[in-house]
Amino acid sequence: MTTPQERSVPKPVFTDAEAGAKTFPDSDSRRYNYFTPAKRKQSHYEDVTVEVQPDPRHYLSQGWLYGFSDGRGGYPLDWTVLKAWGSDRPEPERYPGSGGKGYDWPATGWHEFRDPNEEWELTFYRYNSNVVRQVNQNIDNARQSKAFEQWNQNWVKFVERNVGAWMHVDHGLGLYLYANANRRAPTNMHNNAISVNSMHRIRSAQDLALYNLTLTEEIPSFDGQAHLEAWNNDPQWQGVRETAEQLTATDDWCEAIFASNVIFEPLVGELFRSQLVQHAAPRNGDFVTPTIVGVAEYDFAERDLRYTRAMFELLTSDREFADHNKQIINGWLSTWTARSIAAARALQPIWSQPDSKPPRFEDGLDAVKSRFAALLSDLHLDVPKELGQ
Amino acid sequence: MSRQSVAKAHQKIQELSWEPQYHEPVSQYGTDYTFRKAQKKDPLKQVLRSYFPMQEEKDHRVYGAQDGAIRGNMFRQVQERWLEWQKLFLSIIPLPEISAARAMPLLFRTVPNPELHNGQAIQMIDEVRHSTIQQNLKRLYMNNYIDPAGFNNSLRNFQSDYCGTIGRQFAEGFITGDAITAASIYLTIVAETAFTNTLFVAMPAEAAANGDYLLPTVFHSVQSDESRHISNGYATLLMALSDESNHQLLERDLRYAWWNNHRVVDAAIGTFIEYGTKDRRKDRESYAEMWRRWIYDDYYRSYLVPLEKYGLVIPHDLIEEAWNQIWNKGYVHEVAQFFATGWLANYWRIDPMTDEDFEWFEYKYPGWYDKYGKWWENYNRLSTPNGHHPIVAENVDYVYPHRCWTCMVPCLVREDMTMAEVDGQWRTYCHKECQWTDETAFRPTYQGRETPNMGQLIGKREWETLYHGWNWADVVSDMGFVRDDGKTMTAQPHLDLDPKKMWTLDHLRRMPPVQSPNVLLNEWTPEQRDAFHADYIKQGPAGRPAPADD
Ligand SMILES: [Fe+2]
Ligand SMILES: [Fe+2]
Ligand SMILES: [Zn+2]
Repeated sequence: MTTPQERSVPKPVFTDAEAGAKTFPDSDSRRYNYFTPAKRKQSHYEDVTVEVQPDPRHYLSQGWLYGFSDGRGGYPLDWTVLKAWGSDRPEPERYPGSGGKGYDWPATGWHEFRDPNEEWELTFYRYNSNVVRQVNQNIDNARQSKAFEQWNQNWVKFVERNVGAWMHVDHGLGLYLYANANRRAPTNMHNNAISVNSMHRIRSAQDLALYNLTLTEEIPSFDGQAHLEAWNNDPQWQGVRETAEQLTATDDWCEAIFASNVIFEPLVGELFRSQLVQHAAPRNGDFVTPTIVGVAEYDFAERDLRYTRAMFELLTSDREFADHNKQIINGWLSTWTARSIAAARALQPIWSQPDSKPPRFEDGLDAVKSRFAALLSDLHLDVPKELGQ
Repeated sequence: MSRQSVAKAHQKIQELSWEPQYHEPVSQYGTDYTFRKAQKKDPLKQVLRSYFPMQEEKDHRVYGAQDGAIRGNMFRQVQERWLEWQKLFLSIIPLPEISAARAMPLLFRTVPNPELHNGQAIQMIDEVRHSTIQQNLKRLYMNNYIDPAGFNNSLRNFQSDYCGTIGRQFAEGFITGDAITAASIYLTIVAETAFTNTLFVAMPAEAAANGDYLLPTVFHSVQSDESRHISNGYATLLMALSDESNHQLLERDLRYAWWNNHRVVDAAIGTFIEYGTKDRRKDRESYAEMWRRWIYDDYYRSYLVPLEKYGLVIPHDLIEEAWNQIWNKGYVHEVAQFFATGWLANYWRIDPMTDEDFEWFEYKYPGWYDKYGKWWENYNRLSTPNGHHPIVAENVDYVYPHRCWTCMVPCLVREDMTMAEVDGQWRTYCHKECQWTDETAFRPTYQGRETPNMGQLIGKREWETLYHGWNWADVVSDMGFVRDDGKTMTAQPHLDLDPKKMWTLDHLRRMPPVQSPNVLLNEWTPEQRDAFHADYIKQGPAGRPAPADD
């Protein structure tokens, strides 16, 4: 790479090329006019996001130019079995003299999705930098106040194994589910939201790993490698691991996002983070771990779930394919609820590891189940019978 | 973090990756390359704990500069000639950026080294950063520059315009086809390592010389992420090289990627830098000089050639040929002339060249005036409507070119044009190398070897086909390149914003209809086609008809 070199610049000249200097056709047409905003006024987020990823149904008159070996290019709609209105209309035909016009905006319901978090470069780096500062500060404060000395030996074991094990969930899903899915969805709004989700998980994995490193340095008996042993061999963790691996094996991008953000995270992630770690830690003299885990919980509950809900609400209330979509999603709900509940139940023995016990496993599970049921009702979906398992 | 703790942090986060025990992650992209799982030295280099604040700090600088530019009335000293070309550039570039983000997962299953995947995920979000920061810069131009037309309709324009289509290769090439060909060789080894220098360093420098210091602020910030991306690519390339059986494919892909990048990037950026600038000081480097230094010396001599010792077959001939095109065959001048010929099919205004420009061109490219001077004088003469047609329909000694099926830039260096019947269709190519890309490289076998994962060239690759037989006024309104009075064109062949001097759809009605060169080519008899080819390769330079001597 060549590093930028300073180059001499000629003397500035007055050009008067400023907005408003003259009046002529278009002289005050100062908004992106190729899409319809979701609200009355188009947002900054929409301006930097919408239509960057083209669609041959809109303005892409010459179509996609490079294809896979099967001759398909771009972002095929059938990379998920869910449909948004207009999905079944064929791409506009092009031939000698056909012209280049496509369907009127938005052509399909897919383009109606907006990330309610309105994530783009500025918001994304601001948010995550704040998280980093907050996490670092909490750990530094704890180190300075010798907070880790108050941990009892069983709690040390609990954190090194169990909190440690969760970093692998975040890392594996962050890369192979979320980052992977950023190639799959038909609009830039979807794919950007998914890539932001991916980075939350990868950052969270690193937060846990580096916290683990600090604990190794601060607590003489803390085994910084125990998380590997737990993840690879503890029977309690194998259900979570198998489900996480199964999630990354999902081909359909909607299924992958739905299964992880609507089913697995609420039933397993929240159970582990909110119902177990957050409750058990303070009782065992640990006021630091909840701040680290709480950040991940906030990422999920306040941001990642928020966009996911908006994404699937559109699909389950789609004007053309709501029933089609709900029928398929119900199938996903059966399958992934069963898997997630099984993974959750396999974790149960770790509830009894700390000296001061957290609230009962069944109570925690009931709490996440009822949150999950409320989420499904927001999405106009029925609770699957597998939730009773 | 202290250096020691950074090293420890790197070490620690390597513990994050794990091998699946129960289910393999989904495998959605194929490659004909083979990679062996090997413990890779390359650690997970990016620790997000330092990455996020570093990027936020860069943002502060970018957004601070933007506020300052507006407060300081930067647009009172921006050259319109320059900013008009940004309507094209900034309509193209956010898609390649976001496509680079989308390309990263193509490498997850195909390069089975989890140590590399973390860096690829960070590149993914870097590219989201680049795409949105560029959309935002364009928005700022739209809001503050005198003529918002072309910015305000940017992403529709880009998608329906033939220049946009040429630029789109520099995005779609990253995300389809053989995963390694696309996301590693084309994107990282060639586009990022070689050509981001001209895109993100040379071009911003030219912007500054034209009174725009925001483009450099944004693009230097973008470029500062590139060295990490280049390392991602380098690590993958070394792994690919370690398996003999990949060498043949690497040779193929380097040839294709190098040549296509040259055709596309040099066409666009070369035109912006040479024809979009008002800086005609003799000591400022020409595009050719910049290319020699940054592409030839820094990339070719310093990066590619040392890889020869690992068995990489370097397309020395094509690097020399790209230089030959730029230096001896006037590639950039031919492209700029074509863009100006077809100004009416675009969405920005193209300023005529003046005597001062002529003098600079003659100084930098001796012999320039004899080739191109007359034509640009005609362009100037025909720039305001006065009872004549736009230049494309006037007799100015210019033969409208056929398009290259592969790179979609027209066949402008006429003597290089080749022609072949491929997939049941007669196609023209700008150069034998582009013919090879279509006929030989993008095929399911290569030199007798099965290459089932190689991509395909698809789409309606000749823009004129869509409008064969159409009136120009209908073409322009179909594409949407019309201002808010419903008739004044977005594009103009001059910078005068006096409505009386601006072209409208009414001026186009009287023109002869658009004819698709490729449709005609396929209608001809074999004899007609041969005669056409024989004539075509005698045309030029500067699009002149073949001499009438035989
Ligand atoms: Fe980039
Ligand atoms: Fe990049
Ligand atoms: Zn070509």
